[in-house]
Amino acid sequence: MAGARVIPLHDPERDAARRSRHVEVVPEPEQQQSATPDWERRLTDLLSFARRRIAGDYQIDEFGFDRDLTENVLMPPLKPLYEKWFRVETIGLNNIPMAGGALIVANHSGTVPLDALMTAYGIASEHPAHRPLRGLGADLVFRTPVLGALARKGGQTLACNADAERLLSSGELVGVWPEGFKGIGKPYKDRYKLQRFGRGGFVSAALKTGVPIIPVSIVGAEEIYPMIGDIKTLARLLGFPYFPVTPFFPLFGPLGAIPLPSKWYIEFGEPIRTDVFGENAADDPMLVFNLTDQVRETIQQTLYRLLTQRRNVFLG
Amino acid sequence: MTPKVVLVTGVSRFLGGHLAARFAANPDIERVLGVDTEPPPRDLLRRMGRAEFVRADIRNPLIAKVISTANVDTVVHASVTASPAGPTGRTVMKEMNVIGTMQLLAACQKSPKVQKLVVKSTSAVYGSSSRDPAVFTEDMGPKDLPSSGYAKDAVEVEGYVRGFGRRRPDVNVTTLRFTNFIGPRIDTVLTRYFALPVVPTVLGYDARVQLLHSEDALAVLERATLHDLPGVYNVGGDGVLLLSQAIRRAGRLNLPVPSMAVPTVGGFFRSARLVDFSPDQMRFLNWGRVVDTTLLRKEFGFTPRWTTQQAFDDYVNGRGLKPLIDPETIEAAERGILDAAARFR
Repeated sequence: MAGARVIPLHDPERDAARRSRHVEVVPEPEQQQSATPDWERRLTDLLSFARRRIAGDYQIDEFGFDRDLTENVLMPPLKPLYEKWFRVETIGLNNIPMAGGALIVANHSGTVPLDALMTAYGIASEHPAHRPLRGLGADLVFRTPVLGALARKGGQTLACNADAERLLSSGELVGVWPEGFKGIGKPYKDRYKLQRFGRGGFVSAALKTGVPIIPVSIVGAEEIYPMIGDIKTLARLLGFPYFPVTPFFPLFGPLGAIPLPSKWYIEFGEPIRTDVFGENAADDPMLVFNLTDQVRETIQQTLYRLLTQRRNVFLG
Repeated sequence: MTPKVVLVTGVSRFLGGHLAARFAANPDIERVLGVDTEPPPRDLLRRMGRAEFVRADIRNPLIAKVISTANVDTVVHASVTASPAGPTGRTVMKEMNVIGTMQLLAACQKSPKVQKLVVKSTSAVYGSSSRDPAVFTEDMGPKDLPSSGYAKDAVEVEGYVRGFGRRRPDVNVTTLRFTNFIGPRIDTVLTRYFALPVVPTVLGYDARVQLLHSEDALAVLERATLHDLPGVYNVGGDGVLLLSQAIRRAGRLNLPVPSMAVPTVGGFFRSARLVDFSPDQMRFLNWGRVVDTTLLRKEFGFTPRWTTQQAFDDYVNGRGLKPLIDPETIEAAERGILDAAARFR
């Protein structure tokens, strides 16, 4: 009993932690002592997590999203990357609704899709509703062993209209990067120039389900691996869409694979409503093209604005 | 319309046999005929009660005579099967599945009395690949057509059934695409697979598995027979289990096998008579498959009583599968560590 500390009588969080513990049978000595230290609470969480995993006692949704694993294992390692390395700043998070379906459309860059991970982490940690972002990925991701299984557990699914509409109509927050490999695999000289936006499949999915489209502009991701070359033969041999050459990779081997610590900004723009166009709007190709262009222009203009405000790549 | 005379194929197996037993217990049905190449096991035969067993091969035109002389008005085709019998089983299985269906449908087409056809199909017709949408609805097709095995049989069977439906528009045809069955009583490739002490899986893949309790399957087949519900329906329990999760719930050990070694390991398990996986089932273990059951609920009017997870737990408990690591040991260990930690405070 070292030192007197103020112990809150009714701290709901701590009470809940205590209730979930198995040592509940002998709670007397604990109550007299100072409140449960932080490390012990974490140990309790860790142990109960381990027990759930060993017993298979968790829920998976039909897309393979394992919330328990994502929140406890997949997300925490991103924290230092997000907070310390890239020092990500989010702007306009309040544009993401607290509940209900919404489609997040963002620019894609950086050779490795870290921008998707950072966006997901930003929303999960900083948005008041802590919503999981359900990304739509290329089929290469799901074909690859380990990565494909992990992507599904992390809530991603194949970029196809059936999946997108299903997620949106069940009220999920869905993320798409319509530039795809053209976006992340573009040379450094083309940085912050948006590539072609696919066929507008994401817009028709949003139109069909009537959810808002939220344009997202990510600044900083282009500089993490400045791609100055592409070894096409090696890429074809390995089945990759490109094989990047950066100033440090493959020159310095694994060391070259450390991303440069650029300063990031992620701006969530004003939602674009899609429920005002009436029924069968998704079957109007002109409308789909126009909306696609509108989203693309919004992202591009925001990127330019953010870039003019940025003074230094690494310091922001 | 309640059927008067029902003919059930595949009665020596779990589904067909128990279905015939259910019909035999229904006083509204005048006559129940069960057809199979081999007689049902004795306990199943006893359950079937007043149902008559006809030992006939549906690959043989004789089946037409059975249908016409007995005035059969409802045919339940439950004999399309995934598990081959014996070592040369696969060719025989294909013949039974495809040629048998053709003969049966030909016989049904000839008989004007036949009013209803219920076909037990499988969700394997959707195939299984990395390019699949996460959830299949009834109007979707496979990304790449299953090239062999049960899935291909089922695709062909469904093709013949569609053809029959075109030629006999007066007959109500119900096609039921079942997910994998599980339950304490049914014996399938999957129930044998999860009963292995060490369960081999493909390294780096984790399939999404949707299961249906065998009792739910029986109830769906029964409902389709007793009511007029034409159409194609996906039938599966709610919710999804990951393969790794299912193995953990069964208390088994997971043995990831690199995909290059999978054929060898599969061959070993086949020759050891443990589990016989066909290539399309192997693919299923890679990618898994989930189907949408909205139509089943809304139009067919059936909600499965067991979710995937409940059905699986029922199977684990019913089979008395003993987990390799006792859950109580784990809880005791957890308590022990926490107590030790409390002392360090």
